[in-house]
Amino acid sequence: MKKELKIPRIKDGTVIDHITAGNAVKVLHILGIPKSSSSTVSVAMNVKSKLGKKDIVKVENRELDPHEVNKIALIAPKASINFIRDYAVTKKHKVKLPDEIIGIVSCSNPTCVSNAKEPVKSRFIVISKDPPRIKCYYCEREPEDIADKII
Amino acid sequence: MLFFLIRMDFKGKDIISIKDFSKKEIDYILDYAKDMVRYAMGEKYKNVLGGKVLSSLFFEPSTRTRLSFESAMNRLGGRVIGFSDPSGTSQKKGESLADTIRMADSYSDAIVVRHPHEGAARLAAEFAEVPVLNAGDGAGRHPTQCLLDLFTIRTEKKKIKKNKIVLLGDLKYGRTVHSLAYALSLYGAELTFVSPASLKMPNEVINECKELGIEPTYTSNIEKAIKDADVLYVTRIQRERFPDAEEYNRVVGAYKIDNNLLKNGKENLIVMHPLPRVTEINPEVDTTPHAIYFKQAFNGVPVRMALLSLVIGGKL
Repeated sequence: MKKELKIPRIKDGTVIDHITAGNAVKVLHILGIPKSSSSTVSVAMNVKSKLGKKDIVKVENRELDPHEVNKIALIAPKASINFIRDYAVTKKHKVKLPDEIIGIVSCSNPTCVSNAKEPVKSRFIVISKDPPRIKCYYCEREPEDIADKII
Repeated sequence: MLFFLIRMDFKGKDIISIKDFSKKEIDYILDYAKDMVRYAMGEKYKNVLGGKVLSSLFFEPSTRTRLSFESAMNRLGGRVIGFSDPSGTSQKKGESLADTIRMADSYSDAIVVRHPHEGAARLAAEFAEVPVLNAGDGAGRHPTQCLLDLFTIRTEKKKIKKNKIVLLGDLKYGRTVHSLAYALSLYGAELTFVSPASLKMPNEVINECKELGIEPTYTSNIEKAIKDADVLYVTRIQRERFPDAEEYNRVVGAYKIDNNLLKNGKENLIVMHPLPRVTEINPEVDTTPHAIYFKQAFNGVPVRMALLSLVIGGKL
């Protein structure tokens, strides 16, 4: 029997697969979708897979750049990115959290020097890749909700 | 002795957080500080840092840290420039910390900085070529206080390991206790935390202790806590760290150390305090053998002499 897709295939764009179940909306928030884009976006949540439940996001007519991919890794460390052209996967890779996150997340500590008017970008050291945990390079605090602090 | 053959090179190193140092490096600093004691007391003199200049930038009030750094530099033959009140500086005109640091960097051989923002010293180190020594950054780190506390415990108790140490008071906002809990865990001390419920040690500090193999115990009962303690480390409930006056008023005066309470402790229990104290230690304790806090404050001089000598590059 042919498997039926929950969301139809897209002709061109990006499919973000293997998002931690329940985090698809946060992924969209991080990517600024739909505000920053007029693309059609399809979201499937709690989709059954071999490795348990997952979320999937399909963004039509948009290819994510590496900077955006790193942002996703903060809340969906197992996600994979598939670039689609003419219904075929042209490139596929897993998101990878770098050792340092610069200029992506703001520090949750209001008295951290990185929140003062100083000529520096926010900087976080990744202390755990899965689950993602980051620590402010300046004040050493961990943000409680990373997704909330995405710049 | 192999230890004395090894010279660790600290020249140019920033002193930002106690976590930047290994136990071996801390031991090396403490050993060197011990050699500095007679020089710190003025009994001996050597022109270790003659011709060198230290920038002392205090954006927040300080008595002991600033004076002991300045004393340390003077005792080593160096000179000090700087300010203890930023109102007379270009910060008032809106100058960034980064720019102030760039200036001090070009005027001196090392920079000591105290600032109300957490992470300020780390930022300063990014903009300075010369070594930066953190003299306290907001509610964050205070590594030289931590080193002088370790030095005091080691001097008074001969070792740090296995001592039963009670940290009392404001464990939430108190910057000295966070660094100290980490460092004491590194040495394998046994820790008990005593505080009002609203001023408990933050979980991230407790987790750091656990990662180092120390399982701190928590109680709000000071009488019980000091029974078998070797060290009682008292901190002030700091009004300036509280977001609102109501919370401060609720907890200030929660614990008071007096001779009556100390009767519950061991004869050789030592009482430490980073100072200033307000009401948390009754002055009657000052004249008892338990009171180590003034000696502890003096220890800031040899420890800071050791650090300045090491990072600027003078030899005793």
